[in-house]
Amino acid sequence: MPAAAQRRIIFAHIDEPGYTNDLACYLQHGGYAVLRRSMARPPAELIDEVKKSGLRGRGGAGFPCGVKWSLVDRKSGKPIYLIVNADESEPGTFKDRYIIHQDPHQLIEGVMISCFANNVKQAYIYIRGEFPEGARILERAIAEARAAGFCGPNVLGTGYACEIYVHRGAGAYICGEETGLIESLEGKRPYPRIKPPFFPAVLGLYQCPTIVNNVETLCHVKYIADVGGDAYAKIGTPNNTGTRLLCVSGHVQKPGYYEYEVGKITLGELLYEVCGGPLPGRKFKAIIPGGSSAKILRMGETFALKNKDGTTRQLAVEDIPMDFDTLAACGTMGGSGGVIVMDDSVNMVEALANLNAFYAHESCGQCTPCREGSLWMKKITTRMVHAGARSEDGALLKSVADQIAGRTICAFGEACAWPTQSFVAKFGDEFKGAAETKPSTKSDHAIELV
Amino acid sequence: MNLQPATLQKIDEVITHYPVKRSATLPLLHLIQEDAGHISDAAIEWVAAKLELQPINVYEVVTFYPMFRRQPIGRRHVKVCRTLSCALLGGYKTCATFEAEFNTHRGEVSPDGEVTVEFVECLASCGTAPVVMIDDTLHEKVDCARAKALAAQIKAEAKQNNVASSG
Repeated sequence: MPAAAQRRIIFAHIDEPGYTNDLACYLQHGGYAVLRRSMARPPAELIDEVKKSGLRGRGGAGFPCGVKWSLVDRKSGKPIYLIVNADESEPGTFKDRYIIHQDPHQLIEGVMISCFANNVKQAYIYIRGEFPEGARILERAIAEARAAGFCGPNVLGTGYACEIYVHRGAGAYICGEETGLIESLEGKRPYPRIKPPFFPAVLGLYQCPTIVNNVETLCHVKYIADVGGDAYAKIGTPNNTGTRLLCVSGHVQKPGYYEYEVGKITLGELLYEVCGGPLPGRKFKAIIPGGSSAKILRMGETFALKNKDGTTRQLAVEDIPMDFDTLAACGTMGGSGGVIVMDDSVNMVEALANLNAFYAHESCGQCTPCREGSLWMKKITTRMVHAGARSEDGALLKSVADQIAGRTICAFGEACAWPTQSFVAKFGDEFKGAAETKPSTKSDHAIELV
Repeated sequence: MNLQPATLQKIDEVITHYPVKRSATLPLLHLIQEDAGHISDAAIEWVAAKLELQPINVYEVVTFYPMFRRQPIGRRHVKVCRTLSCALLGGYKTCATFEAEFNTHRGEVSPDGEVTVEFVECLASCGTAPVVMIDDTLHEKVDCARAKALAAQIKAEAKQNNVASSG
């Protein structure tokens, strides 16, 4: 059976010839009509639509958006803020970039609907520092929208006021963590806050109730406000509703971004049919299915999953549907939708050394297990590659990683431990074998990863 | 602090975006770095005074975020993505090509003061790996041949500038 066709909702106009990122083009395509209709409805009704839709956050954790909104403290008397997480910093993920650059008004409409639904008067778009062009595009789009009355002091003549400002980060991965992002937006080092008590829904930006949503999530909100929560919930699979932007990179014939109903395409269909399979003469070896922090899958491994009726079924890596729940049941995660593919030319110790260098660079340094552990994992794997491995290295790496996960303020601890834990568990042979092979100077054809 | 009038105007405007002045720390540092090229001690003190903070509050921010620099760099800034998806498709070779073309090492300014080549972490364009940002512009699928072409272009532009400034 051929793979299901793409269903482009969020990426409906991405790469469409003649589609430009200005307001005139967006209006020609029916832009801001959903905002107009939404503002004629009671805000609580909009929140209900999002709850009914089953929309799960697209930034990495997959937390239900409606639940996130319902946790907001609306009785405190303090202003409620909305922050768009446009930090897109998980390696392997490159979806928000195209929304921001090619269809910024779709995001702004989603933001305004979400602000109206939650009585937000001030929104910030926290965009990663490495998107200077994206920041300029968003600023121009917001100015256009404001001049036309779609945001600003008197939205669509209703008297409702809401401003949106763009705030640029400066190259730190940890700012994608929502409480780190909030600290950064307050002008500080982005040290994540401890939860409890600092749940953003209650004590967020300036200690006020705050909603932090991913760019893609807010675009889905716009679509949900358009078609209704019930209709949206019929897209995808139960508990994994809607569409998902999948970003494929690494060793495939056709890397790129694809939008599918959640769970309606398997990893094998995605890689072999949609992405054209491995490069000539190569075979797939390992897949990271949801951004660099997700645990790696080894081609050839199988998973015994429980069915609802109590029976079990065997699932090969190729058969895993790309949804939140099945990937979690296979011990990894859908995360941010970034699929990184490695073929049989890759040395797994080197690949892990590359990732460990990333995490050591990006640890904020607040919690000792992560600050020290990420650095030691980098030192060990780099030494294995360049100066010789020891037979105990695999166990040593596992021991360091095991002492980070669960012992830190934020999920970076898990994010940096999971690659090491899963690489060592699934490619233990290569970590053992590394000690028996002397580090050698590479031929010109070999890829360098660290 | 010798900032251009346009920068000063933007600084005053951006402070109004926040109910708490301290929030404008990152925007101010970006604006100053774009104008002055790097963040000097004087800039840190100036920002602190402007936002009614202590210099340490600004200093700790400058030293945390990778994009802020305390030293001047070359006139052109070549940032090569180092992270996994780019590395899998030859990012390390791309970086080495730029280093060789400009006779420099990662993180240093080339001997003629023209170019700084750097490795940076994920630039979020993994589907078109390997990627390179030159100043504010992203370049996709930069293999060694493309890196050489881009380096030649940078060199030609530098030559033109020199002719223009000496003429």
